[in-house]
Amino acid sequence: REQSLQPAISLSIYTPFTEDTPSVGQRLLNSVLNTLIMISVIVAMTIFLVVLYKYRCYKFIHGWLIMSSLMLLFLFTYIYLGEVLKTYNVAMDYPTLFLTVWNFGAVGMVCIHWKGPLVLQQAYLIMISALMALVFIKYLPEWSAWVILGAISVYDLVAVLCPKGPLRMLVETAQERNEPIFPALIYSSAMVWTVGMAKLDPSSQGALQLPYDPEMEEDSYDSFGEPSYPEVFEPPLPGSPGGELEEEEETPILPELSEMPAFHSPDGRWPSPTAHSSHWLLVFRGSQSLPWRPGGVKLGLGDFIFYSVLVGKAAATGSGDWNTTLACFVAILIKALPALPISITFGLIFYFSTDNLVRPFMDTLASHQLYI
Amino acid sequence: MTAAVFFGCAFIAFGPALALYIFTIATEPLRVIFLIIGKASEGLKSINPDETAPSMRLLAYVSGLGFGIMSGVFAFVNTLSDSLGPGTVGIHGDSPQFFLNSAFMTLVIILLHVFWGIIFFDGCEKKKWSALLVVLLTHLLVSALTFISPHYGINLVSTYIIMVLMGIWAFFVAGGSCRSLKLCLLCQDKDFLLFNQRSR
Repeated sequence: REQSLQPAISLSIYTPFTEDTPSVGQRLLNSVLNTLIMISVIVAMTIFLVVLYKYRCYKFIHGWLIMSSLMLLFLFTYIYLGEVLKTYNVAMDYPTLFLTVWNFGAVGMVCIHWKGPLVLQQAYLIMISALMALVFIKYLPEWSAWVILGAISVYDLVAVLCPKGPLRMLVETAQERNEPIFPALIYSSAMVWTVGMAKLDPSSQGALQLPYDPEMEEDSYDSFGEPSYPEVFEPPLPGSPGGELEEEEETPILPELSEMPAFHSPDGRWPSPTAHSSHWLLVFRGSQSLPWRPGGVKLGLGDFIFYSVLVGKAAATGSGDWNTTLACFVAILIKALPALPISITFGLIFYFSTDNLVRPFMDTLASHQLYI
Repeated sequence: MTAAVFFGCAFIAFGPALALYIFTIATEPLRVIFLIIGKASEGLKSINPDETAPSMRLLAYVSGLGFGIMSGVFAFVNTLSDSLGPGTVGIHGDSPQFFLNSAFMTLVIILLHVFWGIIFFDGCEKKKWSALLVVLLTHLLVSALTFISPHYGINLVSTYIIMVLMGIWAFFVAGGSCRSLKLCLLCQDKDFLLFNQRSR
């Protein structure tokens, strides 16, 4: 299906070892070496980011995030559109193309980094994750992509759980400073967070604080090789600045967010912030009139990207067509734990077992119209 | 083959299941979670303390539907995607109704899974081992019937009869009665009319 003679970009700088080798062993070795290179790049970037955060270079990080989303929204969209137009043999003139890409990218930047309707924001986050995944699927050599998937999930586990892991250090630093971790692009599927500052009234029963659980985070990668931070839930301290609140009144800490349209929950009971606000303050109040309802799922974008890579590769290379793709999809949804490694492991297991065991079986059944 | 075959067969096979999903499950996020997980766990109760625990019947229905959809999709989706490609059905003497038959068979399998789920869960709860045995045996029977595959008539008709019987049984197991059915059909059932306002 590769119709382009020369790829528009090439990842060979990250995967210099070719997979076009005479023997299987050599190919395996090369893919493992490619993986090592990729993982070291990712580790180096993570450490760099942690160092930046530790030394409070917030502007740098902000700029980096903006640069990477710029690149995703403009450059990768342009390349993808080019490939699509080539495949379907549709001619499009440059002015139209630039207009399209400009509109798409500009609205995306606004939605992701500033304000925008939640649905649009979700759509853009999904689209850039898909673009990232497409880049991986198309430009990484085949076996290297599989090994990288597996290695990423292991690294994820290590980075978050190990005491000296960069992500864990990051989270601990943020906790020490008692500030919300600089949130990168985090996907939140529903408007469920109450934004309110409340003095925790010790006499009100049932007022709960959401405990911070480092095991429950998912780190997110907002662009290639640049992991960003897991979100942290910050319990409000009594006596924190601006922390006074009467029972009835709700003062959002980011007042402009509550004015956004279409941001009220379905029964209109509470205003909700967008997913990108740079201050997350979660107040869990059982006895007040605003219960916290976890109707939505929060995912780091890195998860999205790697799930997409898995399902995309299943669709592109799995000879079982739909069965393999669906099996991977189901494997990702049925997560034993909300963690990347488990899902990716399930996904990989499902992919290889479905492709080799289930597919021939289902094909024979379907061709003879036997139902089990 | 034509797009008409593709869309027709797709809607025959998955239309009722999709309708069931849209009207009964998509409006309640908790039920969607059930559908995806396929089983409830204690953990879900702790997430949602202010909602009443989902009833076992709801769970049975949702999991039956989930399994049914999965099995239907896995059985039929490759055939569907082949129907978009070039070819002539039955050119080697097989039946020209291949796609239609597969679509109807998929439909009946999905519905059967829903009913089997309800009956099975109820049997487990009330420890009625005969119910479990019957569910198992009818499942085997339906699969065995598909072995006589070129003779679609017997195959399909008997499977549909089994589905209707299972449906009636599941209806009574889930708490329905002739009276409530009559009230429902005559739009006199107050509970049903207040369905959206009441959590079940």
